[in-house]
Amino acid sequence: MKTRNLSKLTKSNFITYGIVIAAYIIVEIFLRAGMVSSLLEGLLVPLCMYVILAVSLNLTVGISGELSLGHAGFMCVGAFSSAIFSKCMETVLPVAGIRFFLAILIGTAFAALFGVLIGIPVLRLKGDYLAIVTLAFGEIIKNVVNVVFLGRDSRGFHISTKDSISLGLEKGGEVIIKGPQGITGTPKDSTFLIGVILILITLFVVINLINSRTGRAIMAIRDNRIAAESVGISVTKYKLLAFSVSAALAGTAGVLYAHNLSTLTALPKNFGYNMSITILVFVVLGGIGNIRGSVIAAVVLTLLPELLRSLNDYRMLIYAIILIVTMIFTSSPGGREIQERIKLFFKKKKTKEA
Amino acid sequence: MIGFISYLVNGISLGSVYAIIALGYTMVYGIAKMLNFAHGDVIMIGAFVVFSTVSGAGLPPVVGVLISVVACTLLGMAIERIAYKPLRKASKLAVLITAIGVSYFLQNVALLIYGANTKSFTSVVSIEPITLADGAMVISGETIVTVIACIIIMIGLMTFMKYSKAGRAMLAVSEDSGAAQLMGVNVNSTIAMTFAIGSALAAIAGVLLCSSYPSLTPYTGSMPGIKAFVAAVFGGIGSIPGAFIGGILLGVIEILGKAYISSQLADAIVFAVLIIVLLVKPTGLLGKQIQEKV
Repeated sequence: MKTRNLSKLTKSNFITYGIVIAAYIIVEIFLRAGMVSSLLEGLLVPLCMYVILAVSLNLTVGISGELSLGHAGFMCVGAFSSAIFSKCMETVLPVAGIRFFLAILIGTAFAALFGVLIGIPVLRLKGDYLAIVTLAFGEIIKNVVNVVFLGRDSRGFHISTKDSISLGLEKGGEVIIKGPQGITGTPKDSTFLIGVILILITLFVVINLINSRTGRAIMAIRDNRIAAESVGISVTKYKLLAFSVSAALAGTAGVLYAHNLSTLTALPKNFGYNMSITILVFVVLGGIGNIRGSVIAAVVLTLLPELLRSLNDYRMLIYAIILIVTMIFTSSPGGREIQERIKLFFKKKKTKEA
Repeated sequence: MIGFISYLVNGISLGSVYAIIALGYTMVYGIAKMLNFAHGDVIMIGAFVVFSTVSGAGLPPVVGVLISVVACTLLGMAIERIAYKPLRKASKLAVLITAIGVSYFLQNVALLIYGANTKSFTSVVSIEPITLADGAMVISGETIVTVIACIIIMIGLMTFMKYSKAGRAMLAVSEDSGAAQLMGVNVNSTIAMTFAIGSALAAIAGVLLCSSYPSLTPYTGSMPGIKAFVAAVFGGIGSIPGAFIGGILLGVIEILGKAYISSQLADAIVFAVLIIVLLVKPTGLLGKQIQEKV
């Protein structure tokens, strides 16, 4: 019985990987055939980014059971730390592949560091308090990034919070972060292929974490904290682990984002709480704790507003209505009843056919 | 010194607006145990109704504000009935996502009707400003009206909660809705009324906010909404005096931070203070007084 369960699990995981790879191959074929509009082509890397974000947030919300509204903050950390690295190394390391690989590692590592630093105090709180504090941290990160000026010359790095002149750079020094104007001229290293590889790595990390001893400990804490503690599971350790892995993966998504744009700025739109909420919507609609669901929901819900583009001004309105209706349909007693009826209807049909 | 006092007055004025929003937030949270992300957008709708009736149709400001309050009350009840009531027994996250959906919905309805351009809101207050210290300090009419409105609302709400039957029903439902139902309290209508009061307060807050800061867009409400929630948490969510104190403190911190530290970091300072308060006192400043939970 046990082995059969295990193989079922492995099968299910391979289906998830398979879906991603198949989607990549199909899109690549369409790209080669020139059947993809430039609008959709520009959406491919952000799509990968959203998938990574959704999967990583699902680790916090679904597996660890903590509502975090500050995911965009970690993405911001990953984006800016890696963009600074890439800009500094552009002349030293001209090989894009190695440079981007290192940038990904650095962005991920910095986001993980912030995950640990923020996680230690924050994870002491519960429920909505935790949600509002993570939101606060995300906003703080975004705001602080907006006032930082960072320059570099032969004497090293200079930081200021006023303007680029007060950096006091020597001749030939360059300003890397220009406060609200952000970082310009980041090399555009992100490609769809790298995005898909990063998705696969993210899935590999998260799925293996969930199905490991550690993952079971994390889920035990989610289901019953006191019971888990009483059998000797260290609550703080495992919660922090899940939170910082989730943060690190968000940082990876941030690296992808930063290297897809020539100008990186911290706006409310990309790194504000609205972004965190958008990702949370993916996670909840995909099914809390369901990794494959997150992947599919992220893709569908990113494409949906684009597919509704012909409806112009009405598209976000329709998006909102779809959101509300889906939630009521899936979560209310009335909606469940309708679901049951539909299932029953199909069952009857099947038995009739048989 | 005069400068500091006038910043302080501005802070109290902004804080009063936050407090009014936070009062609505805290009541809804206390009774429905949900983060009502759409609350901030009700503020925006309230301001737009006044914009249409007063600047557009040329009605007197008092009538415009009354229409706005009525409209938002109905809107709040409609939102509760359509979007939240079916999910009363659903998971918290499902309700949260629905609230986000409602928030998007309201923003985009406003966007369709009024467009994305910033509207300049004409103040509804026609009281002359008070000049103190030989003109070194001016207290605007908006400030006076906002602060007075906030105090009246707070006292009114506390009296309502303590002495009216409906108010005590709200307390009972927030304490334990199952037990309240067994005691003959109509839980559904009590929750509907809480949303009605919260939304009416949001309308007033919207008008006062836009009278002091006269730029109005479909996204005007979301940040004050979040800040008001921060204020409610700050003071101890569920507590009416807590929301009041939290709101005022938040407004003062924000304005003083803007004036003396950095205008861009003002929000960061507000959030940092929230984090520190929650880490020291995880239930907020007045969070202990569970009896006052609404």
